Amino acid sequence: MEKKLKLSAAAKSNTITYSMVTVAFILIYLLDMMDVLSNSLSGQLVPICAYIVMALSLNLTVGVLGELSLGHAGFMSVGAFVGVVVAGCMDGSPDILRFIVSMIVGGVFAGIAGLVIGVPVLRLRGDYLAIVTLAFGEIIKDIINCLYVGVDASGLKIAGSAEALVLGEGGKVLINGPIGAANVPKLSSFFAGFILIMLTLFVVLNLINSRAGRAIMALRDNRIAAESVGIPVTKYKLMAFITSAVLAGMAGVLFSMNFSTIVASKFDFNQSILVLMFVVLGGMGNMRGSIIAATVLTVLPELMRAFEDFRMLLYSVVLILVMIGTNNAKLKAMIGKYTGKITAVFKKRKGETK
Amino acid sequence: MSRMIPVPSNAIVPERDAGKLPILEARHLGIEFGGLKAVDDFNLTVGRTEIAGLIGPNGAGKTTVFNLLTKVYQPTHGTTLLDGKDTHSMTTAQLSRAGVARTFQNIRLFANMSVEDNVKVGLHNRIEYNMWDGILRLPKFWKSERQMREETMELLSIFDMQDLAEYKAGSLPYGAQRRLEIVRALATGPKLLLLDEPAAGMNPHETAELMENIRKIRDTFQIAIMLIEHDMSLVMNVCEGIAVLNYGRIIAKGTPEEIQSNPIVIEAYLGKSKEEDNA
Repeated sequence: MEKKLKLSAAAKSNTITYSMVTVAFILIYLLDMMDVLSNSLSGQLVPICAYIVMALSLNLTVGVLGELSLGHAGFMSVGAFVGVVVAGCMDGSPDILRFIVSMIVGGVFAGIAGLVIGVPVLRLRGDYLAIVTLAFGEIIKDIINCLYVGVDASGLKIAGSAEALVLGEGGKVLINGPIGAANVPKLSSFFAGFILIMLTLFVVLNLINSRAGRAIMALRDNRIAAESVGIPVTKYKLMAFITSAVLAGMAGVLFSMNFSTIVASKFDFNQSILVLMFVVLGGMGNMRGSIIAATVLTVLPELMRAFEDFRMLLYSVVLILVMIGTNNAKLKAMIGKYTGKITAVFKKRKGETK
Repeated sequence: MSRMIPVPSNAIVPERDAGKLPILEARHLGIEFGGLKAVDDFNLTVGRTEIAGLIGPNGAGKTTVFNLLTKVYQPTHGTTLLDGKDTHSMTTAQLSRAGVARTFQNIRLFANMSVEDNVKVGLHNRIEYNMWDGILRLPKFWKSERQMREETMELLSIFDMQDLAEYKAGSLPYGAQRRLEIVRALATGPKLLLLDEPAAGMNPHETAELMENIRKIRDTFQIAIMLIEHDMSLVMNVCEGIAVLNYGRIIAKGTPEEIQSNPIVIEAYLGKSKEEDNA
């Protein structure tokens, strides 16, 4: 017991994060079961989970590694469409198996995309990653827009135009160019989203609090000093970036399998910036902050539907206020004072029970 | 002060290191920045347990020499032998693994990480486990982390800094940040430790303490230390061999006594006297 109480600060913070996610999941799950949530909000549950995973994954690149990625939706897109194809090929297998295999393959393909981008770019010093990922997001969108994929008895068929895609009897089209993927099996669920968030948290938090994570953060804080103590720069930059890409791909699989149709233009530049906004608002390198920001900022536009035309205007006002608020030293000090008081009360109680 | 004697490479090392392979041998090392020779024909030998000093007026190229020795800059001329091996094709990180550690004139700590983590980054190549051990928290992770923590605390105890382990490195006072940089460098297990102005910003009391610690580090770890410093009392007290740099060239080498009485060195620091000018 004595030993358990002596958790390190990082371990304590991680436990809080895991418990927060678990409690929130159970609460919302129960509310959903009791039909308390509105239809639109209930439909947002899986996307929220996907956005949380995206935010955590981007935070690994931006907050922990200190490199800017402006095309994170591109990795999401790769994961989403690869996932759809894999699920389409595995028609007939049990749903859980289909979902897990699609998720793994989608993640792996997104990781390969990360490797292809990362190897040449992460060797350079400067903001080249931002430029290249920005282009990557757009290129992936255009490629998928003119990609026709179908499956029939003889296997998977890929073509560059609708006419070129000739399928045998019983064949079905999985990706139909700009129309996107239709009849996507609805394999995602809120529970699956929760599991993926926990898995992502587990990977990201454990990575940060390990030898590799310290090396990555050392590179962020001071590259020259990190090199001077023998940290191989490219290796650890790639490690962080590819992990981040794999997780984004998995988020994409989760996201796509929640809708019956999915188009490539859904994963555009705006989507990347939206996720970046979650990370910035939640705090660079702050995983708990990313989760909260992703949730609040996804739910907020839904809650503001009552304002109709003024909805997005108000949304931006709220964003600006939050930006100002979180950078306000006085406000921070005030919050700090109150949380300090609360923890003091708890500590006092602990002392009394002893 | 130990007597300096010549070794075959026409360089000098302390008597006890004579006959052994020198830890560092710079041969005709030089770098040009667009035609400007920042360092030119730099030759120096450092014995295996020597405390060597590199001094010179501001802008003489002392830090550039350190940057050449650690491959932050790639030399345009010459090379260095580390422990007898040519370092020509090595990177900064490879040199660290080969046994060169350094501190920086403008402190370069991992400011957002804790003191403990800063030292643990220094231990990166000494206590290893891979990414999966870390993510999946396999037994090797726990074992290595425990080992790392013990080692970290032991290293911090050199400067009595164990109590600061939890603090953010960037929040430490200046002197403590300098000491932490030395601890981090030592954590890499170096054979040669390069200290760039270790006493900068320290008060006389702290400097005296640092002097003791530099000797203590040399004696306990049996390593060579090379330092750049403007505090002459520290240099003359601690260093066994001193090289003086001016305009990128070595103008004198020798023991502290020899350097102190060398007219060329005095001239470089104070300038020529009027009478000499007229003569």
